[in-house]
Amino acid sequence: MTRYSDLYDIAVVGGGNAALCAAITAAKAGARVIILEGAPLPYRGGNSRHTRNFRCMHRGPMSPLIDAYEEDEYFNDLMLVTKGKTDEHLARMTIRTSEECLPWMQEHGVRFQPSLSGTLSLSRTNAFFLGGGKALVNAYYNTATDLGVTIVYEAQVRHVHREGQAITHLDVEIAKAPAVTIRARAFVLASGGFQADLDWLARAWGPSARNFLIRGTPYNRGVVLKDMLDQGADSVGDPTQCHAVAIDGRAPKYDGGIVTRLDCVPFSIVVNRDGQRFYDEGEDTWPKRYAIWGRLVAAQPDQVGYALIDAKSIDLFMPSVFPPIVADTIPELAAKMGLDPAVVQATVDDFNAACRPGTFHPTELDGMATEGLATPKTNWARPLDTPPYYGYQLRPGVTFTYLGLKVSDSAQVHTPDGPITNLWAAGEIMAGSILGQGYLAGFGMTIGTVFGRIAGKEAAAHVA
Amino acid sequence: MSLDLAPSLTATEEARRQIEICNACRYCEGFCSVFPAMTRSKAFADGDLTHLSNLCHNCRGCHYACQYTAPHEFNLNIPAALAEVRQDSWERLARPQAVARMFHERGVAMAGLLVVALTLFFALIAAARPTGGEGFYAYMAHNLMIAIFIPAFVAPLALIGLSLRDYWREVGGGRVRLRHLAKAGDMAGRMKNLNGGHGDGCNFEDGDRFSQKRRIAHQLMMWGFLACFAATSSGTILHYVFGWYAPYPIWAPPKLLGVPGGIAMVAGAIGLAALKLRADPELGARRVWGGEMAFIVLLGAVAATGLALYAVTGTEAVGPLLAIHLATVMTLFLLMPFSKMIHGFFRFTALVAEAGKLEKTR
Repeated sequence: MTRYSDLYDIAVVGGGNAALCAAITAAKAGARVIILEGAPLPYRGGNSRHTRNFRCMHRGPMSPLIDAYEEDEYFNDLMLVTKGKTDEHLARMTIRTSEECLPWMQEHGVRFQPSLSGTLSLSRTNAFFLGGGKALVNAYYNTATDLGVTIVYEAQVRHVHREGQAITHLDVEIAKAPAVTIRARAFVLASGGFQADLDWLARAWGPSARNFLIRGTPYNRGVVLKDMLDQGADSVGDPTQCHAVAIDGRAPKYDGGIVTRLDCVPFSIVVNRDGQRFYDEGEDTWPKRYAIWGRLVAAQPDQVGYALIDAKSIDLFMPSVFPPIVADTIPELAAKMGLDPAVVQATVDDFNAACRPGTFHPTELDGMATEGLATPKTNWARPLDTPPYYGYQLRPGVTFTYLGLKVSDSAQVHTPDGPITNLWAAGEIMAGSILGQGYLAGFGMTIGTVFGRIAGKEAAAHVA
Repeated sequence: MSLDLAPSLTATEEARRQIEICNACRYCEGFCSVFPAMTRSKAFADGDLTHLSNLCHNCRGCHYACQYTAPHEFNLNIPAALAEVRQDSWERLARPQAVARMFHERGVAMAGLLVVALTLFFALIAAARPTGGEGFYAYMAHNLMIAIFIPAFVAPLALIGLSLRDYWREVGGGRVRLRHLAKAGDMAGRMKNLNGGHGDGCNFEDGDRFSQKRRIAHQLMMWGFLACFAATSSGTILHYVFGWYAPYPIWAPPKLLGVPGGIAMVAGAIGLAALKLRADPELGARRVWGGEMAFIVLLGAVAATGLALYAVTGTEAVGPLLAIHLATVMTLFLLMPFSKMIHGFFRFTALVAEAGKLEKTR
């Protein structure tokens, strides 16, 4: 039986990528470290266990990355998705530091692979983990164990005790037992956002949030984030917003991860519960549009959409984990999906009549647009006329929340009275400092790795 | 897609359910030959699953890396699902199937056959001891050994040939080129499917930590076995072509190959058995655990008794040890189509088929 009465040098709250990077860095600097992971062992690693790559700056080829991806291009990509909602100083520092992260990750057990089939567009910018994020998490836990780090699972931190500008100890419920006190000389908070707390989401977004699916871990409930905000820590990021994409409506409520994604929208028409189209499905290529569809579907009645596809297009996208609904006629398909057959038939007839001849090209903007519709489809618009017809239900899937702790470039947590002298934060709990809106594939892991290592280094220096 | 549906599926249906989830994720592409082969398909026919399952070397890397293993409701266990399909293919394509099922599942059946073989050889040595002959031929005439072992070796091989022909049809293998055989030989010779894709080895005896131990133990066994097989073959050639009869000196090919080969096999068997005791049985085909372990022990016994036979040259112990050694060899030969021994034939064939399929997709 482990006793927790000892004084640790550093207590790391959370057990995902950022927490592990912090713990490993601090332990290598000689600190006595304890990791408090809220999830049980099989679900350890937070959202990191669902990730697959990290976005990495590099000035020349760096295995497994090809060519170069330099600071300005990386920063421009970030500006495009955040529409300027970022802290340029922190963002550029993160981008520059990402280059030295890749060899560090390899030194600590992470293995990479060439970009996966179907993701060639990322082979220059994103380094893929061999086996995905859970393999990375496993490697880091093994490294941490070998460095003598104490690891506690099912350790839910209930309260961070603050006296003035210093943290003294934590109240921690371990395996649902009454809270124990864990003392340390420095603390790192890396316990993620609050997207798994549906009550909080509903307060921020409105009652419709209860119909959202949570793509990642059910353990990111924002308990520590809320506790720090209640104690007046500086915050950053829009408290009402979350990053949501459209995913298969049959996905599990939590933890469906990558396989629930649906790439069919550009080759579909998408109707709502009332059988009406509501947005241009062909506005741009899917990698540039998937992130807005969560929000679009969330704004529809009952937070649900229905993608309708015909036999011409069914093989143009990656398979979903769930088989599509199939029918020989549009009314039959509508009935099987619980929609009004007559209304859907009318919507399809209007759409088909508005399609114009052209050269269809699935991988680029082909300009095949409808004419005369109130809601046009501006690319890939081909009539739905070839049975069998296929249908997928779409629902918003929440990936993460934006509200977080504001940190300095040394990852230190601040209050209106100045920095808290022995408290640092890393990962999704502070990502809003850099990512104010939108998302850039693989950037979450970059923020976690960069700030995890900074937090670990600073905390270790503090106790040295 | 729920946990309580899973038990009612057949091995192939369960593997299909799991592989379809895998194919929507693909994070494990770099581990081994299975995942790149998987991405060629959107739908998986029974033959596709037979092929994937025989490409799988049970390195378990994908399992420990998987975000969808239990307690997740998708409940993936790819190493076990493919092991079940693979095991099923070995038994289904064997002739007769019932014999295969019995020996694969039950180490006791293997022990029983060994007892029968022991009885036979002790009886033969007692009853038909020749008047002349040197070395162990003083205990059993060379011609008698040949008369027993040639059919005991060739007949099982013929059965295996029939199984592989059926396998080739089932998985839709194409025309075999020399370069396909060379590629498969390289994959098996270095056991690349147990290197994890990154070269750190596989997951087996120590949870999610990678190690080369199983790969090394397997290669000791495989190369040791091949060396012993070459030793026996060279003895046959020396006997019939050059008229040079056993016993051979230490520098002659039968000893030069056989002694290191035997030592490697014993070391490999000890290693494989020890690792198997530490590995999680839930990540393999559970029902054949006993049969697999018995097969490792049998291979070790073949090598150990062969070495012992050499060690006791010229003593009274040669008679009984010869009977024991021949009994283990006989059991091994007879069980080639009906035991874990078949895995080498199927896996190699799968690697050859995959080399051809890869060319077609390029």
